[in-house]
Amino acid sequence: MPDPLDDLIEAAARAFDLPVEPNWKAAVKTNLQVTLRHGAHVAEFKLPDDAEPAPVFAA
Amino acid sequence: MDFTWTSANAIAHAVHDGQARARDVVAGALARISARNPALNAFTAVVEQRALDRATAIDDARQNGKPLGPLAGVPFAVKNLFDVKGLPTLAGSKINRDRPPAAADSPLIERLEIAGAVLVGALNMGEYAYDFTGENLHDGPARNPHDTRRMTGGSSSGSAGAVAGGLVPLSLGSDTNGSIRVPAALCGIFGLKPTYGRLSRARSFPFVGSLDHVGPFARSVYDLALAYDAMQGHDPDDPVCVDRPTEPTVPRIGKGADGLTIAVAGGYFRAGAFPEALTAVERVTKALNVTREIDIPEAARARAAAYVITATEGATLHLERLRARAHDFDPAVRDRLIAGAMVPATLVNQAQKFRRWYRDRVLTLFKDVDAIIAPSTPCAAPMIGQNTFLLDGVEMPVRANMGLYTQPISFIGLPVVAVPVPLTPLPMGVQIITAPWREDVALRIAHTLERAGVAAAARPAI
Repeated sequence: MPDPLDDLIEAAARAFDLPVEPNWKAAVKTNLQVTLRHGAHVAEFKLPDDAEPAPVFAA
Repeated sequence: MDFTWTSANAIAHAVHDGQARARDVVAGALARISARNPALNAFTAVVEQRALDRATAIDDARQNGKPLGPLAGVPFAVKNLFDVKGLPTLAGSKINRDRPPAAADSPLIERLEIAGAVLVGALNMGEYAYDFTGENLHDGPARNPHDTRRMTGGSSSGSAGAVAGGLVPLSLGSDTNGSIRVPAALCGIFGLKPTYGRLSRARSFPFVGSLDHVGPFARSVYDLALAYDAMQGHDPDDPVCVDRPTEPTVPRIGKGADGLTIAVAGGYFRAGAFPEALTAVERVTKALNVTREIDIPEAARARAAAYVITATEGATLHLERLRARAHDFDPAVRDRLIAGAMVPATLVNQAQKFRRWYRDRVLTLFKDVDAIIAPSTPCAAPMIGQNTFLLDGVEMPVRANMGLYTQPISFIGLPVVAVPVPLTPLPMGVQIITAPWREDVALRIAHTLERAGVAAAARPAI
């Protein structure tokens, strides 16, 4: 079964005009896996709906 | 006179008193750079004529009875992401070599020179500051003066190597996730990462604007404080730099640590630490009579959030360069940045929301304590070329993980003095972390440790 992350990398490279040469793909995938794992760790932490991001824009 | 291991403060006093000429001090530094840099690879550019002219002007000023600054005649150098008039600002990259020379110095260089210091050159660094190793594909690795086969740490690699190697007594670096504290630890010198927004980042090449800090390296706490005080002050050219009165630290660092409540960070800040990191922390806590251990809540998640913000903001900064000149990046940096461009915005926004939650929780800790002690790195300097190490029994990449203990702190902009603990065979570093704007407290504690002989910049045998 194809890994959806491979599909994401290929689609994102095409859609967003990102250069991913075939021999770079494994390293890009490894880095993306690590970053997404960190992101998931943050996302699973429950915050209230009204939580504000750290940078607050001041008009 | 030999100024190889002389402090900035002692040099300035010698110049003030007429015991030394600034020109001789600077010429000595230039000679050491010439002799030692082939082995250390700390410098990428030397501004010899500028430095000699500047030093001569200081000597002339003294001769004419004009007042000299507190850093008179002190040679210093800067990470090559700071603008130096007449040089392209490399930021450790190949691509930036095509930039025009900077039209003006960074304001921190200007402020140090107003205080009498003399810029002698620009320093090696990890490409675009996305690095904890000090390895650089284009300029070669900076080498650790304690063992030139080993890493300096990064990304302010040359900044630490130049000070630890006795080339200059003072340097500047930047710290997004640990890039002052990690190399200070591995090279066995002092480093100050001030509060986020304290020192101007104007005319320096950015990495992650919401996490970027700048600060000094030195071989003594007094020198750190001298440099920090000279650089404080609002700068409208950096929108993050706060409009806050300067708070001189030099008059306060000698107050000792009596009356301060200090705790050591447990949990996350012990997990994964090699024995030498635990030994360094133990020496510091013992000297300060620290018995209280506290838990910094959700530190692992804070580090994860910093990782996400770094990857994505870094990718945003370099997107056009990735599209146009991907082959000119170090592949280790390029592939991380490309991956960062593919991370969903939902995760970045959540990381920024978590950042505020975490900040609020950590700041409550400072209602009960004045400072928190934690290791700077999990281990001593790895060998150059070493790609992985074992953290808690799991093999992990060195490049991404040397900042394990620094990332949760810079994530919310807390000030830290990184102190060196001279272990054998290699030095280690310990972070003294305080509440925002309390650099004075961190410097006081560092000075106490220095006076007790627990923290010291050991002179390498080179």
